[in-house]
Amino acid sequence: MIAEVGFFALILALILALVQGTLPLLGAARGDVALMSVGRSAAYGQLAFLTVAYAALTWAFVTDDFSVAYVASHSNSLLPLQYKISGVWGGHEGSLLLWVLILGFWSAAVATFSRSLPREVLARVLGVMGLVAVGFLSFTVFTSSPFERLLPAAIEGRDLNPMLQDPGLIFHPPMLYMGYVGFAVAFSFAIAALIGGRLDAAWARWSRPWTAVAWAFLTLGIGLGSWWAYYVLGWGGWWFWDPVENASFMPWLLGTALLHSLAVTEKRGSFKNWTVMLAILTFSLVILAAFLVRSGVLTSVHAFAVDPDRGLYLLAFLGVVVTASLLLFAWRAGSVGLGGRFSLVSRESALLSNNVLLAVAGAAVLLGTIYPLLLDAFNLGKISVGPPYFEAVFMPLMLPLLLLLGFGPRLRWKQDNATELLWRLRWIFAFSFVVGMIWPVFVGQWSFLAGLGAFLGVWIIGTSLHDLAYRVRPRSESRQPLTTRLRRLGRSYAGMQIAHVGVALAVIGITFVIGYDDERDVRMAHGEVIEVGGYQFRLDSLDRVDGPNFVADQATVSVFDDGQPLTTLYPQMREYFSQEQPMAHTSLHRGLFRDLYVNMGEQLSADAWVMRVYYKPYMNWVWTGVVLMGIGGFLAASDRRYRRRAQHDDQGLLAADDAGTAGPDVPGDREQPRPTGAG
Amino acid sequence: MKLRFTLPLVAFLALVALLWVGLSLEPSELPSPLIDKPAPEFDLPELRDPEARFTSADLKGKPVLVNVWASWCVTCRQEHPMLARLSRAGVPVYGLNYKDRREDALRFLAQFGDPYDAIGFDESGLVGIDWGVYATPETFLVDRNGTIRYKHIGLITPEIVANEILPKYRQLEAES
Amino acid sequence: MNAMRSRLAVALTLGGILLAGPAAVGANTPTAPASAPIEFETEAQAQRYQVLVRELRCTVCQHQNLIESNAPLAADLRRQISLMVRDGAEKEEVIDYMVSRYGDFVRFQPPMNASTYLLWFGPGLLLAGGFSALGIALWRRRRQVRPDALSPEEEARLQKLLNRTKDKEKQ
Repeated sequence: MIAEVGFFALILALILALVQGTLPLLGAARGDVALMSVGRSAAYGQLAFLTVAYAALTWAFVTDDFSVAYVASHSNSLLPLQYKISGVWGGHEGSLLLWVLILGFWSAAVATFSRSLPREVLARVLGVMGLVAVGFLSFTVFTSSPFERLLPAAIEGRDLNPMLQDPGLIFHPPMLYMGYVGFAVAFSFAIAALIGGRLDAAWARWSRPWTAVAWAFLTLGIGLGSWWAYYVLGWGGWWFWDPVENASFMPWLLGTALLHSLAVTEKRGSFKNWTVMLAILTFSLVILAAFLVRSGVLTSVHAFAVDPDRGLYLLAFLGVVVTASLLLFAWRAGSVGLGGRFSLVSRESALLSNNVLLAVAGAAVLLGTIYPLLLDAFNLGKISVGPPYFEAVFMPLMLPLLLLLGFGPRLRWKQDNATELLWRLRWIFAFSFVVGMIWPVFVGQWSFLAGLGAFLGVWIIGTSLHDLAYRVRPRSESRQPLTTRLRRLGRSYAGMQIAHVGVALAVIGITFVIGYDDERDVRMAHGEVIEVGGYQFRLDSLDRVDGPNFVADQATVSVFDDGQPLTTLYPQMREYFSQEQPMAHTSLHRGLFRDLYVNMGEQLSADAWVMRVYYKPYMNWVWTGVVLMGIGGFLAASDRRYRRRAQHDDQGLLAADDAGTAGPDVPGDREQPRPTGAG
Repeated sequence: MKLRFTLPLVAFLALVALLWVGLSLEPSELPSPLIDKPAPEFDLPELRDPEARFTSADLKGKPVLVNVWASWCVTCRQEHPMLARLSRAGVPVYGLNYKDRREDALRFLAQFGDPYDAIGFDESGLVGIDWGVYATPETFLVDRNGTIRYKHIGLITPEIVANEILPKYRQLEAES
Repeated sequence: MNAMRSRLAVALTLGGILLAGPAAVGANTPTAPASAPIEFETEAQAQRYQVLVRELRCTVCQHQNLIESNAPLAADLRRQISLMVRDGAEKEEVIDYMVSRYGDFVRFQPPMNASTYLLWFGPGLLLAGGFSALGIALWRRRRQVRPDALSPEEEARLQKLLNRTKDKEKQ
């Protein structure tokens, strides 16, 4: 019964999405206020019904209703409660339901937080979001309903894949989907602006906080996935350049470019065409990601679980969305103003270079991901494109990007003096260089990659601090205390700097862990000691332990640092009742400068196992960096200026747009005439 | 409408077209680099007679079929009747028993029949690696000079026997 | 197979694939006796082995490398590679060994040939194209955009006015 309620609610949500996708757009075209205001109610109604549908499926999981086919294949009565609740998104159909629920949530959020938008704009944005929802909801209803019954009902569920029975499942997909689907908002703002023919700085300002939030979620989502894979897969890898990962990385790269180009468009009214195009492409890549992941076109292992109709549907949806929006773009673009003048050395140019590098990086990932398919389609043989290719392509693109990152925030809008800036940053450059030469030596033998990573990381942090110091320096005209001066910088500025420092930490972490990790596959017998990365590991005992839905062989491994006891690790080899093959469960000791990581391999005899022992230096720097990037994104989105009244905003922005001057509303970004010489 | 603004559309539509083609491709089937190469050499104990040897030299002189199988392989059980049919059609059927236990393999043959002229017992799977085996069952056709001319991965169905294996075998037979 | 299951999880974790359908194909795996890892004679050999098992692809399990996979074939190949490396094989020899048996598909680093020029040089071309486009766009703008409407003095006055409104806002 509950499942039918859920399915019915899903259909009602689809009908409301149809309403939301048509009436407000019609109203905006005709200037009909009543029709336009339908959008908001439809968005709330849609969210309500989606919540009912989602709750129904969760209920079926929690109550072990194995007459629902999806529950029967993704749950089990022995499954711990938290995994029954998160198991809802443990498979294709349920995860799609989560996807549309989140889309409904974003729609409702736009309806709530954009009250100050002009009526037509809000109506168009909600209308476009409604159309997007129609696409995904009809996909769910017609090809992938999680509410289908199984007759006769199964007595016991087939169980959730043991790899998914992990806290990672609880947090990773919702975060990731918040990010993916969040870009639908930026997309809808862009399409609304194109429909309305009003592609101005105000549009950029409205969509900027939404983009920042979506970007922050996507960053954290990808980071969580990586963090999860790192310990669950048990071979020390954390980024594999797998097609499905690339599918999530492409929208991230383009979304990052979008975030930066929105800055140029908002502040200077320039490159609107490019920005709107990026918004369209980013969301198109989100749909492409859904296609790549759910169609089985690239990860063929999934072919058996994939219904070809699903792939066709998503491909058709992608085709419709892209064709419609790019045609609209081709029709409307070009008619917008050029915006303010700026010279070659300016923050505008730096941000646009950032865009070129990120867009090319995104395109390179796309090329590498689909190239095997391309060759296969032309019958030119089968190849694999993996980490060596992507690393080779990425390094040269990231190097200029990260160097530029040090200059960017420091550059003035419109025009700056290159020599003066270089001279001002010379000591930071020299310092970073020295650190790059020295730091890696403390970790291992100096390597180019680690040296470069340390140099770039310190360079980014150094220039960030330098910029901060410059902006809060005491000024002659006002004698405010330091705290006031800091506060005046605003959250937008703080968010940017925190995210940039996050990038720096991640770069240091990535290059160090690539350069200095150490791993051993060894035979370990009772009492035996082996050494990895300067640490000693001793196998103390082997025991049989019971879990809620598995039994496991558990090893007790004592770890010593130069003979001093450091920690004890308990890796397990688990046998889940519902699975034939055992699964290794990693045990980790995390630290500021290194992780130690032990995994069980095969049993050799009663008291000896093959063990995989890893030393992963600076791994937590990567995760910390990702978290800082996410925090930066949220902080930037919460800046005061996005919360101000629209009318007020509008005037200021339009004026700024016309005059080609910087929006004067962010103290941190306001450039005072720079006193010559002193910094 | 400026022409250059339609470029992204053209590029994206090309991508969609490629993906559409991709949906009908079978990415898990790998072409073997061994086609038109000499069959890798081996020297293995015979499965049914541990004292005897079965070597790559035994394949030469006539076109033959080599089937890689194991008792733990479910698909091998399914395709087994096809091998008997091929044997009755006059095709010399040789086997490579891959990573199996002798007693399991013999039980398999006792239960489902034994169409093989000779079977190499590749317990370690090393000969399998030399032959580029990655998913049992795999079926090869080797010509009279000992060159691999055809490979099929996975289940051999009656259609594949009728449309691919037998015609190819007749062609090899006809070659001087 | 376990190999499939872990592939599934990789996919899930990083792209949100969530396709955890009926993964296992039945008891379609041989029973491989476990064997102790090969001990290498030099550090260089140990390193070479670790690089190779990451750069070579497990053919049964799509897009997994050899160390990642739990498939029996991957275990056999790991063992084979470790034996070759211990006996002094260079990286290229091992790669040739694998390619001659399984084709270019086993290399995560695709070979450079006529059909992969676009793959290897595409990003460079795109980068050159991207910066050329940016350069052209900037150059065009320079000619089209009118100079700033405000003189420096006017601008200073505007700033002052704006600051005043801002201070008012605060009160």
